[in-house]
Amino acid sequence: MANELFIVAYDGVDRDVVDYAAVRAKASGASLHIVHVLHWSPYSFLTPQELEERKMRRREELERARSTLLDPLVAELKGGGLSVDCEIRFGSPTELILEVAKTRQASLIFVGRSGKSSIENKIFGSVTLGLAQAAPVPTVIVP
Amino acid sequence: MRFRAAFLLPALMTTAHALPAWAQEAEDGGGASIDQWIDSIVAPVTSPFVNFIFASLPGTNLPWIVLWLITAAVIFTFYFGFVQFRMVPHAIQLVRGHYTSPDAAGEVTHFQALATAVSGTVGLGNIAGVGVAIAVGGPGATFWMILSGLFGMASKFTECTLGVKYREEHPDGRVSGGPMHYLKKGMAEIGKPGLGKGLAIGFAICCVLASWGGGNMFQANQAHAQLVVITGGEESFLNGRGWITGVIMAAIVFLVIIGGIKSIARVTEKLVPFMGILYLLAALIVIIANIDHVGAAFAEIFEGAFTGLGVAGGLIGALIQGLRRATFSNEAGIGSAAIAHSAVQTKHPVTEGFVSMLEPFIDTVVICTATALVITISGVLQQDPTTGLYVWDEAAGRIATEGGLTGVELTSAAFGSRISWFPYVLAVAVVLFAFSTMISWSYYGLKAWLFLFGDNPSSELFFKLLFCFFVIVGAAISLGSVLDFSDASLFAMAIFNIIGCYFLMPIVKREMTSYMSKLRSGAIPKYVGEQPA
Repeated sequence: MANELFIVAYDGVDRDVVDYAAVRAKASGASLHIVHVLHWSPYSFLTPQELEERKMRRREELERARSTLLDPLVAELKGGGLSVDCEIRFGSPTELILEVAKTRQASLIFVGRSGKSSIENKIFGSVTLGLAQAAPVPTVIVP
Repeated sequence: MRFRAAFLLPALMTTAHALPAWAQEAEDGGGASIDQWIDSIVAPVTSPFVNFIFASLPGTNLPWIVLWLITAAVIFTFYFGFVQFRMVPHAIQLVRGHYTSPDAAGEVTHFQALATAVSGTVGLGNIAGVGVAIAVGGPGATFWMILSGLFGMASKFTECTLGVKYREEHPDGRVSGGPMHYLKKGMAEIGKPGLGKGLAIGFAICCVLASWGGGNMFQANQAHAQLVVITGGEESFLNGRGWITGVIMAAIVFLVIIGGIKSIARVTEKLVPFMGILYLLAALIVIIANIDHVGAAFAEIFEGAFTGLGVAGGLIGALIQGLRRATFSNEAGIGSAAIAHSAVQTKHPVTEGFVSMLEPFIDTVVICTATALVITISGVLQQDPTTGLYVWDEAAGRIATEGGLTGVELTSAAFGSRISWFPYVLAVAVVLFAFSTMISWSYYGLKAWLFLFGDNPSSELFFKLLFCFFVIVGAAISLGSVLDFSDASLFAMAIFNIIGCYFLMPIVKREMTSYMSKLRSGAIPKYVGEQPA
């Protein structure tokens, strides 16, 4: 059987979910695909100044996420003998993780139980809940 | 005279903080209010410019600039084959992201560019400007306003397509554009670099002036007027003390544009669309509650458009007011919107042109018409019951109303006559609209200023300080000179912008033709409703 692929929804803070997924992946010989989503709505309102700088900021946000979060993480996991890659996306985390899980035909999704209780989470539901409700494959919620 | 010298020099340097002291001095010393002597300084300086821009065509009382704008809008409409009617469905699909690649997520979407441009234009023009148009030109002005909005969509299309096509993409990733760039680069491309540069400079100078006038002083002035009305009118402690409102607003503007306090701007940008929707809903409630008057109101709008219904200016009076206020509100042909639209992420400049057409539609055809209907239905304009004609107040030069109202106060009274508490909501809306328009225009003015004087931090800071200073001036001086100056500087931008657009319209047409054929052949990828295999 070809290698299984596990998706890790990584918010940039919760290392526990990555570590747990790494253990499980090693045990079952699966590859890890880490997805980091930068919150972005195509329908938000920006000032003209922000419009002008948007492309620049996008580039900065991508670079920062890659160089400070994901590159070191991927290097560390690879050092542990895992097959790992990652992607950074802009948009709604729940939607994009679901989309990646579908297109990459993942067999499991790992997501942290979001510890932060922001108002937004209370109103719109957290990524964790969204995945639990809509994920096409078994989803592991890591406490 | 000592006030003048004491006022101008230090105030230019220290802006916001120093004014209250002078206000005190003015009251103690001369007896004249600070408003009056600011007015006495500003009015003589601005009136020659105002007189030139609004000079009438020989033998008529139609300002040549109004004819200039409407002629351009009609020419663009025919030249692009009524693009404003054919391409609206496609524009809506673009705004909904049907043609936006998922790879471009995180960049400026069509929706965002449109929303920012709309919150820059929707504002006092729709509330106060319409109030003036109806008071002076009668309900018939509405007809000309709608017509001007519909034709204006073609002007917007032209300038916004050019704005995206000739924008500057800086190495650090910033994207900015606008008439000063397309006039310079576009005209150079067709072999007229000298003319292009001249037009660009002329445009930029007028844009800086308009950003102080229409984009700033007018806004501060009308916001203050609203605050006076809701805090007790004549008795209000703010009455005659525009500088208080001015200093407070200037301080907030200062925090945002100089202090870089993004959160204030962000809150405003979120509240403005909400306020816009609330405003439209209130207008709809008034209209629906008086549904039996709507037919009569439309009859008055159409009849008044051609006869004036007792308005002294008759047809021409309604026409001028309608066109003038509609243009002031939707800014089509002025070139300002091209600055906001040009940062959009797209491979085809003409797509933003299509999207930008929705702006005059939302602004003028929907929101201005709603305001006009509410004023007409409310009965605040006095009518002679026997003839059905409006009672003309000769001294004021407008239709007689209870208390001689015009501008934002007329609109407020019209809403208040049906929904008693709405003037308070309207006052909040006016202040927010004024503020968001100021933030937008501080950016437009700044871009023009930096184009003229070079992109460096000290000239940027100088412009921003001046901008804050004019917030105070605007709130402090009387409506007449502020409104005239703001109109004149705004309209002057159109002189340069439209000359350039005439030269460059074949380029826009080429862009449009090539895009349309790609769209028809399916070469433009559509991302919604279609899963990549």
